Amino acid sequence: MLRLKKLLKTYKTGDEALKSIDLEVPDGQVLALIGPSGAGKSTMIRCINRLVEPTSGEVWLDDTELTKLSSGALRQERRQMGMIFQEYALVERLTVMENVLSGRLGYVGFWRSFLRKFPQSDVDEAYRLLDRVGLLSMVDKRADELSGGQRQRVGICRALIQNPKLLLVDEPTASLDPKTSRQIMRLICELCAERGLAAIINIHDVALAQMFVSRVVGLRLGALEFDGAPQELTPDVLTTIYGEEDWEATIEKVEDDEEEQVA
Amino acid sequence: MPVLEKDGVRVWQRRSRSESLIRWFGWLIGVAVFMYCWQQISAVTTWFFVVDAPRIAGDIWDRATPPKWGYITQLGRPIWDTLNIATLGTIIALTLAVPTAFLAARNTTPSALFVRPIALLVIVSTRSINSLIWALLLIAIIGPGVFAGVVAIAIRSIGFCAKLLYEAIEEINESQVEAVTATGASRWQVMAYGIVPQILPAFAGIAVFRWDINIRESTVLGLVGAGGIGLQLSASLNVLAWPQVSLILIVILFAVVISEWVSAKVRGAII
Repeated sequence: MLRLKKLLKTYKTGDEALKSIDLEVPDGQVLALIGPSGAGKSTMIRCINRLVEPTSGEVWLDDTELTKLSSGALRQERRQMGMIFQEYALVERLTVMENVLSGRLGYVGFWRSFLRKFPQSDVDEAYRLLDRVGLLSMVDKRADELSGGQRQRVGICRALIQNPKLLLVDEPTASLDPKTSRQIMRLICELCAERGLAAIINIHDVALAQMFVSRVVGLRLGALEFDGAPQELTPDVLTTIYGEEDWEATIEKVEDDEEEQVA
Repeated sequence: MPVLEKDGVRVWQRRSRSESLIRWFGWLIGVAVFMYCWQQISAVTTWFFVVDAPRIAGDIWDRATPPKWGYITQLGRPIWDTLNIATLGTIIALTLAVPTAFLAARNTTPSALFVRPIALLVIVSTRSINSLIWALLLIAIIGPGVFAGVVAIAIRSIGFCAKLLYEAIEEINESQVEAVTATGASRWQVMAYGIVPQILPAFAGIAVFRWDINIRESTVLGLVGAGGIGLQLSASLNVLAWPQVSLILIVILFAVVISEWVSAKVRGAII
């Protein structure tokens, strides 16, 4: 269970990225965070694992409060939170295997990791995960040789090998084509279901979010504007989140897409 | 400013009239200063010697050819020394430049207020003094010989390598660092996994590039007594043994060509 209490972030420039966010994410729930660019979506998930330091407020992961932790204790807690990034953020010049194993860095000492002497159990798990996402043949390829969809799968493996309780997913499909986007979203949601993981997925493709998740949270100018089931996203709601626009097309498209999938 | 309304037509010019005038005066002053300097230099030049130059050059050419090929037996050791000075100097410089670069780079320095200025000072001060001058100083301190040459080359190269390296560190992709940090990795692990792989090509490029430069610089260190082939060159010049000088120049040229070839190969292989 993840709980955010009055989470607030003000950047040095004076931008109020988050204005007192209260949010609860129960175990195993996949939540989509939507909102226009600059609404604070990325800031919010980075405040959870403190890649960005929140200005005030509390972040509870189960029974641990994260914002007050020392750097050592924070690293322990970060192991519980896998992160998946927009531009994959793989270390380009390392191999697929090294990238996946880098998800174990929090569990392995410096010299073992530096000499790439990971425990056999970690290597086994890496193979299992790469097999699960269909990249077993790519183990020895360098990350920059892969296509976008393949890279994101490696990113997913890196997050999952941490054995996390929670996935923080930042625009996983923003640099992918529509078909790959769906495959990646489906994969993330399937894996969350398999492992009973909670996830917060930042996404700006409303239709895609509606297709896969059970709960949608809308963020606008750093404040929560909407929290509900994907079916409740009406044109009125979208207008409050994004501003005035003809939303019928967006929502209709979703229905079309679903029909297409059924067919 | 450059858009003017003229008879209802909007005319676009690159610069407005006053800007053009300022530039024109700038050029005028520049050219005037250049002419004045030229005149000053001309006044203190003994033109007789300059006019004479082609004849003297031809004369030296005549004396220097053919090179004294037999002398090559005495050059093996000095050119080996020269290569060693360059290589050892580069290795020492790199080991010192890497930590300096990490301290100087804005995104990795432990303290931008205290440590970074010191690292930058090290970079600037070692870079700004030529290796020949370092060699002169070091010969006074640790005596003539190859070791003084190695240290001179090392000191001169720290700043160069550290500067290029810290610029490479500042240009890395931060999202890869962020991703490694998010796994719960320690500071050193983030460095080894997030930063080092990204700067490795730059590091290899800098290393061979500096090695290449150092081979050329170490050939002249002997002129001030810091070992290597320069020692033979200065001895031969002092006794006007032109055929030996020409052979030494050929050997230096050969060494530099080889080093160019090696560095091109290494760079091609790594990047």
